[in-house]
Amino acid sequence: MMPTKEAWMQALEQRHGKDNQCKFSSATVAICGLGGLGSNIAIALARAGVGKLILIDFDKVDITNLHRQQYKATQIGMNKSEALQENLMEIAPYISIEPHTLCVTQENAKGLLEEADVICEAFDQPEAKAMLTNLVLEKMPEKYLIAASGMAGMGSANTIKTRRILKRFYLCGDGESEVAEAGSLVAPRVMLCAAHQAHMVLRILAEELEP
Amino acid sequence: MVKINGQELPVAGKTISEYLAQTTYHPQRIAIERNGEIVPKAEYESIVLEDGDSVEVVSFVGGG
Repeated sequence: MMPTKEAWMQALEQRHGKDNQCKFSSATVAICGLGGLGSNIAIALARAGVGKLILIDFDKVDITNLHRQQYKATQIGMNKSEALQENLMEIAPYISIEPHTLCVTQENAKGLLEEADVICEAFDQPEAKAMLTNLVLEKMPEKYLIAASGMAGMGSANTIKTRRILKRFYLCGDGESEVAEAGSLVAPRVMLCAAHQAHMVLRILAEELEP
Repeated sequence: MVKINGQELPVAGKTISEYLAQTTYHPQRIAIERNGEIVPKAEYESIVLEDGDSVEVVSFVGGG
């Protein structure tokens, strides 16, 4: 049976403290890319009761995604933004979700991301990562941006880190493990990096700005 | 000397584009901060690195 909104909120406050929960619940976070990073970030933030998630990905769920991304075999062929919305609604029925099936470009980024307090870069292509990072830092200096680079391969879990590069720009990952070279991308290492990103989001919302 | 990604390099007087040209960085995969500020891509050709600058080139790798 679905809990009431009051019961759900009470449970969150019990676990996170009333002050933190108030900050989480009133925040909007945009997640750009809903693959191994983005789908895992979204689940962590939905569980934390972040008030609104803007979910952006142009792609559909593919069978090759299931080894690390938070989709189900029954969702193959669905738009990722809508499949993820469906999954998040089962976990956190009272958060607000704005799904978009499109590519983030220089032209549409500002409108898409305007409402977000924090933006997560969760793309897989390095050119797309750099494009979004430059765009947000140059054109939207008031936003917090948490990007990721380096989570491929079978390297140690302990090399995944969060660094604060600029006042409002954080970078998670080991900085060097590239999928093309490492030849693999495994769920736990990608989830670690996603967890770093999601945790940094919550820390920023809780006004803890150091990694 | 200019500190780039923690290393002191003798590149003062060069523009950012000139510095990048002597490296293996892929220009479409990077973001650059200099002295705590983002360097807009459009200014790579005009910004001249100065003695004492602190620069970080963030070079993104694939996977996500």
